[in-house]
Amino acid sequence: MRVTISRAYFAEMCAHARKNLPEESCGLVAGRDLPDGTREILRVYFLTNTDHSREHFSIDPREQLAAIRDMRSRGLIPLGNWHSHPESPSRPSEEDKRLANDSRATYLILSLEQADSPVLNAFHIETVDGIRTVRREELVFIEE
Amino acid sequence: MKITVGGESREVAEGITVADLISLEKIDNPEYVTVSVNEEFVDQGSFASHVLQEGDSVEFLYFMGGGAYGIHQ
Repeated sequence: MRVTISRAYFAEMCAHARKNLPEESCGLVAGRDLPDGTREILRVYFLTNTDHSREHFSIDPREQLAAIRDMRSRGLIPLGNWHSHPESPSRPSEEDKRLANDSRATYLILSLEQADSPVLNAFHIETVDGIRTVRREELVFIEE
Repeated sequence: MKITVGGESREVAEGITVADLISLEKIDNPEYVTVSVNEEFVDQGSFASHVLQEGDSVEFLYFMGGGAYGIHQ
């Protein structure tokens, strides 16, 4: 799947994640699925990491519910979530895979491992024949 | 009767419970799902006994968590 996100949102995610260091940051993404298979992220939500941890995150269900209500009011659909890895690469950990329970979701991971060159990747995670499988999606940054 | 599930209208049988709806909607990994009815969260232990009413608005929220824990192991 091809996933698109604006450079402005990418910059905002980086700023938010840097501000919250050393903790991981997290949130949701919303937008629409186009007929050609492209998944278009049109809104990013910056939510509280209730774990307040540098190596784990949990999204508050009340904030999650409020964000979903907001998406609906804007005619957008929930597309997945994002979180930062302050000190490690932009790829799913075993913990990320274990807790990726929505096979319809796109999982975005922002790495701040290299402070001057943050890396954002998108992943699809699902269970196939009892095994968690990860597929990296094509992530395209859109100029606005 | 009519209820709303994830923002979409559904026609369901009278007396349907949250647990029935989870099954009907083919929700993946329901043990990781939080359910709200009219913006009130329902305890997992009450899924089988919570009977939905006409006009209820139901949301299924996957637990969203993870993190870099163990990534270097």
